[in-house]
Amino acid sequence: MSIIAVVLVVIIAFFAGMEGILDEFQIHQPLVSATLIGLVTGHLTAGIMLGGSLQMIALGWANIGAAVAPDVALASVASAIIMVKGGNFTSTGIGVAVASAIPLAVAGLFLTMIVRTIAVGLTHGADAAAKEGKYQTIERLHLVGILLQGLRIAIPAGLLIAIPASAVQAALGAMPAWLTGGMTIGGGMVVAVGYAMVINMMATREVWPFFAIGFALAAVSQLTLIALGAIGVALALIYINLSKMGGNNGGGSNGGNSGDPVGDILNQY
Amino acid sequence: MTEKIELTRNDRLSVAWRSQFLQGSWNYERMQNVGWAYTLIPAIKKLYTTKEDRSAALRRHLEFFNTHPYVASPIIGVTLALEEERANGAAIDDTAIQGVKIGMMGPLAGIGDPVFWFTVRPILGALGASLALSGNILGPILFFVLWNLIRMSFIWYTQEFGYRAGSAITQDLSGGLLKDITKGASILGMFILAVLVERWVSIKFTVALPAKKLAEGAYINFPNGSVTGGKLQQILGDQASGLSLTKMAPNTLQANLDSLIPGLMGLLLTFFAMWLLKKKVSPIVMIVGIFIFGILMRVLHIM
Repeated sequence: MSIIAVVLVVIIAFFAGMEGILDEFQIHQPLVSATLIGLVTGHLTAGIMLGGSLQMIALGWANIGAAVAPDVALASVASAIIMVKGGNFTSTGIGVAVASAIPLAVAGLFLTMIVRTIAVGLTHGADAAAKEGKYQTIERLHLVGILLQGLRIAIPAGLLIAIPASAVQAALGAMPAWLTGGMTIGGGMVVAVGYAMVINMMATREVWPFFAIGFALAAVSQLTLIALGAIGVALALIYINLSKMGGNNGGGSNGGNSGDPVGDILNQY
Repeated sequence: MTEKIELTRNDRLSVAWRSQFLQGSWNYERMQNVGWAYTLIPAIKKLYTTKEDRSAALRRHLEFFNTHPYVASPIIGVTLALEEERANGAAIDDTAIQGVKIGMMGPLAGIGDPVFWFTVRPILGALGASLALSGNILGPILFFVLWNLIRMSFIWYTQEFGYRAGSAITQDLSGGLLKDITKGASILGMFILAVLVERWVSIKFTVALPAKKLAEGAYINFPNGSVTGGKLQQILGDQASGLSLTKMAPNTLQANLDSLIPGLMGLLLTFFAMWLLKKKVSPIVMIVGIFIFGILMRVLHIM
């Protein structure tokens, strides 16, 4: 990597780290951050493909309340760096980079927790500033918090870049075919976990039939995702309108997972 | 006497812009509190001029706060309305403002999480990712632009809605519209998720089953010896119309499964993962387990 590319990658990592907590612009999502890293290192297509593969896995990862999801920011930034340094931009290289992202996502979780603990100190600083009515200090403390979150990803990214490319290539090259092939197979299946998380959040007795329709229609390969999306929107609108016409007795169960037939069947095992 | 102090559109825009950094100094003690105070500072500066008033306002807004970052916007709107009235002399005490904040953050987080994290992001993410898998730059662009368009209009318009409605919004939360949106989102979400499971959970068995012997007439009977032009034409025609070249048809496990419904194994894996999640198995354990399983299957030449 050239010096300029290194600097740009670290800047992207910094933004991804800030976004990892802010969760607004979604720069930390693999689709965006891996693409950007691909762009600045001159491997745009491979970056996009890596981002797409990781995005599929990370679809259901979200910070809920105080709980922290696996860290997509570190996962996508670090695996993109590993892919670029490994120099293998075929589907196997991308598959290995995807697999390497998983332990990184877990490691990132601990870094997030550390920063969130440090931020407790910022709160107390803000309390003191509030007593004096010093709003500039509160603003500065808040920006320090955001900065720390950026460094949380930028520093590991910098360290990873500092490791010589030959070492990364040697490590990746030492992996036997059964391992890389197996990881690619695993990568194909692992997306199911993300989907399962989302389904568990949304499934009610009322909406399961729409899952069945979606599954059956998806087998028709001529229908693109946009076409299927249109069908889905239409079904949702039709259902909501019809359930209003049929009086208000129609859609009772909003009871979360308890009203979930497949879940009940699975629970009986 | 004194003129009524009002928050202008610019003040509110500045607050809306800052609200994007709500989670920046998220901490384990009071969560989004510093971000919340940071967001309101432009309004506090405008509404309160003495050091004492500002100090009181800042302390009031450094209390515990935590919700979904986007649905914080209607709460911010309501808070702006309340603070404005208070600055103009209305008898709104700290408890009232705190009560509105705490009262709204729970139910609204209950809407924000499923709608944004579990419907809009998976759908846009999957749409972008499915394009990106073939290296199409439109994938990331579509995801980024659509998401931010939806997000920014949501935070601005709901903040304005909260500001105009004031504390009356609290009643509106139980109204029909939000319920419809949540239900519509979950219908669309379930539909799209099924599509994703079918299309993107990839399980391919490479195991070959014993070949099937084809019935007479389902394959081309090659004549012994040389072939005339007419015969060759007939053979080529037969092949084009779908007849097999050999008497035995290759038979794989995958083809048999696909003839039931394509994507069946992916569906079963997803159900299994859902069941494990309900049994409180950590997603990380499952992800690592699946990679180990994939390696095993590859070593055994099953997949």
